[in-house]
Amino acid sequence: MSVDNQILEEFTNADYKYGFESNIESDSAPKGLSEDTVRFISAKKEEPEWMLEWRLKAYHHWLTLKEPRWPNVTFPPIDYQDIIYYAAPKQKVNPANLGEVDPELLDTFKRLGISLEEQKRLTGVAVDAVMDSVSVATTFKGKLGDLGIIFCSFSEAVREHPELIKKYIGSVVPASDNYFAALNSAVFSDGSFCYIPKGVRCPMELSTYFRINAANTGQFERTLIVAEEDSYVSYLEGCTAPMRDENQLHAAVVELYAAKDAEIKYSTVQNWYPGDKNGKGGIYNFVTKRGICAGERSKISWTQVETGSAITWKYPSCILKGDHSTGEFYSVAVTNNYQQADTGTKMIHIGKNTRSRIVSKGVSAGFSQNSYRGLVQVMKRADNARNFSQCDSLLMGGKCGAHTFPYIESNNKTAQIEHEATTSKIGEDQIFYCNQRGIDDEDAIALIVNGYCKEVLNQLPMEFAVEAQKLLALTLEGSVG
Amino acid sequence: MSQIIISKQHQTAIEEAFLQQADLFQKTSHSTSPYVQKVRREAFANLEKLGLPGNKNEEYKYTRITRALNKHFAPENIKPAYAENAIGISQLILSGIEANILVFVNGKFSQQHSNMVSPPQEIIISTLSEAFESHTNLIERYYGKYADSKTDAFTALNTAVAEDGIFIYVPQGKVVSAPVLIYFITDTTEEKTVSQPRNLYIIEENSQVDLVESFHTVGEQEGYHNIVSEIVVNKQAVVNYHKIEIEGKDTYHTGNTHVVQTAESLFNAVTVSVSGGMIRNNLNLVIDAENCESHMYGLYMLDQETLVDNHTMVDHRKANSFSNELYKGIMDDKSKGVFNGKVYVRPDAQKTNAFQSNKNILLTDDASIDTKPQLEIWADDVKCSHGATTGQIDAEQLFYLQTRGLDKRQATALLLKAFASDVLQNIRIQPLREVLEKIISQRLQKDL
Repeated sequence: MSVDNQILEEFTNADYKYGFESNIESDSAPKGLSEDTVRFISAKKEEPEWMLEWRLKAYHHWLTLKEPRWPNVTFPPIDYQDIIYYAAPKQKVNPANLGEVDPELLDTFKRLGISLEEQKRLTGVAVDAVMDSVSVATTFKGKLGDLGIIFCSFSEAVREHPELIKKYIGSVVPASDNYFAALNSAVFSDGSFCYIPKGVRCPMELSTYFRINAANTGQFERTLIVAEEDSYVSYLEGCTAPMRDENQLHAAVVELYAAKDAEIKYSTVQNWYPGDKNGKGGIYNFVTKRGICAGERSKISWTQVETGSAITWKYPSCILKGDHSTGEFYSVAVTNNYQQADTGTKMIHIGKNTRSRIVSKGVSAGFSQNSYRGLVQVMKRADNARNFSQCDSLLMGGKCGAHTFPYIESNNKTAQIEHEATTSKIGEDQIFYCNQRGIDDEDAIALIVNGYCKEVLNQLPMEFAVEAQKLLALTLEGSVG
Repeated sequence: MSQIIISKQHQTAIEEAFLQQADLFQKTSHSTSPYVQKVRREAFANLEKLGLPGNKNEEYKYTRITRALNKHFAPENIKPAYAENAIGISQLILSGIEANILVFVNGKFSQQHSNMVSPPQEIIISTLSEAFESHTNLIERYYGKYADSKTDAFTALNTAVAEDGIFIYVPQGKVVSAPVLIYFITDTTEEKTVSQPRNLYIIEENSQVDLVESFHTVGEQEGYHNIVSEIVVNKQAVVNYHKIEIEGKDTYHTGNTHVVQTAESLFNAVTVSVSGGMIRNNLNLVIDAENCESHMYGLYMLDQETLVDNHTMVDHRKANSFSNELYKGIMDDKSKGVFNGKVYVRPDAQKTNAFQSNKNILLTDDASIDTKPQLEIWADDVKCSHGATTGQIDAEQLFYLQTRGLDKRQATALLLKAFASDVLQNIRIQPLREVLEKIISQRLQKDL
């Protein structure tokens, strides 16, 4: 056991390598939340009147709500008046190309390993980078534009494509949906908007990188993806933040809309700053993500690798409204030290012959708590609905916890629902087997955990899969159960 | 145990009536021991704090029992009702079996229908009210220690007002050969009734006993009973516990069974729900020592508008124990099944093996099932798993039987019978198992 303890200790000392802070001046709203804050943000973004009204409505609704306390996480009360709701990095107005973007900013992204230019040249991934509250650069806009694909920052979309925004904003996650969705709807600063027209298969991965940089700010971005009939898009999202002692709030909303025969694949690699090894600081990641399979045979697939954040609290969900539509959820959630994760999904089967699949892999180490919470609901009309759920938990060390709260509600006799869950640790025999073959404990753990998560990691686009594997190995460095 | 959500809604009439009843009872009953008085006072305080579970209470999310009680019972129904329909009752009692038979009608012990066969040196059976006087040591050691009235309002209510029930004590090293059958009969022939029986079973080291709690209804009107049983399974003891529910369609039932196991003991539970209005069974198991083994089986075979809600909780507090749980449900007509299984494995409970499985079949489009198998694990060296399925009878199996010359109806009945037998075969008291198998076969004949 002594070797284990030693390795465990090394692991808990592993550093967060994305914890630098960029020295970029930012232009921010004063602390606190009031109607004026909402008006300030809206004015800053030069938004039309209807957008402001929508925000104010959300704000007034938010005032009537109470912060939910049902998740299996604990945190001190959040002072919503002590947050800066808007912080934009200062830069020249609307850069025409990357050359005009603040070099410091580009450097930040380079250090994250997502140099915009490099991405552009090498991988052919179109990137929209969101720093603090504002989208700073979008690549490949021209090429995508030729196909009729709109991929831009949310505020640009509000200005340029108001008819689309008006139609779809709040259609999947209404402003009144929940406490954090209402908050986001009132103060969202920016985000990404993506529209794939009928019959278009998006030729490249679309990607957004989110970074919180300024202190005391909350980040409230909003992503909206609309896939019209018979279209396809794969979308990636990556998140990092600097190391800070105080907790920062991140309350995003993601809405996906898939029309008939459309397919949306949404992947997240979330690596917000998780706090130090004593549980100080870190991001509160309270996110509402939901997609609707509105048309027949449409498909939405969520893949997430959650390694960061002090608290992760999110349930990327699918509303399977169209007949024969499909929802998928693949998740790896890794928690260490004092991290807490309460994550899972909701699959709401409304249409006939709808199918869903849930694969959730939790790994907990240190003093962390990792929960899977999911709902599979089959409505009365959803004949022949089919669900398969599997949620496995791996425990490392005797101080962490793994929990499963699956809700299954079936109102249709032809529905077939299966759920299975296991909890165990890495077998001593498995490690011994690796040791025999000259693989040390550390590598053996990485190997076994990677194997354990393979089913999910395989769902990620290539570039992300590699990154995610490295991230897993780094997060779990030295943890032997 | 982070999931206790107490949301106090505005008080319902029935809640107020129960509180008044409990309050009056506190003030008027002085006969029993000071210890019991203290337990009742604490429970009353807890009940006041908790209130009956409202719509927002996560533990009662799918079972709106408070609303149902409020609808069907008026404050004047909450009073002892002792009239009994003797003929109706005697027909319910299992005959042709060598057993200790104890009958309660509307919460009151009925000497007339009861019959004891085991010698007193093998097992002590008395009513709880007698035990309060004659077994004060045991009462002070065990009574109210395991039924947690801090979190469950119905346990608190029962503890605050319960006057009577069964007290069983099996001394060290005794194997009780004749099973103990306890009948709880709701007799509503004359009027609506509300009863709150309370039981305490203490099984000492190295002893063994078979217990059956059987619930029935006589009469057509609404009845409600709220029962709490505490079972103490001491070192190396073996307890086979059965709960059978064959109640009227207007009978409401909330039941809490609290079990504590100490070292190397074995506890088996079989819960069979066949009919009733709304039934809520809480089976809470605390494994408080090493090397224990526990099995929990449940079958709910429902029709009409019956709702059966089984909540089980296994709390592994110590290392090296094994628990296994299998609950199966068949829902017909407009019935609704609810299952919530929790397994807690505490940090000290290393090397725990805990398994849980819930399988459901829906026969009609109006039937529904809500299931939530839940694991909460704080120890790393464990093997825990759970599974839940809902669906229909496998088409291939049906086809196979049809190719062998059974018609579809027969084939379906056969497969459902097999589905149910996974649970029923664990009933070790043969006459009881046969009776249940017969009831279920008849139901299958009728339903399909």
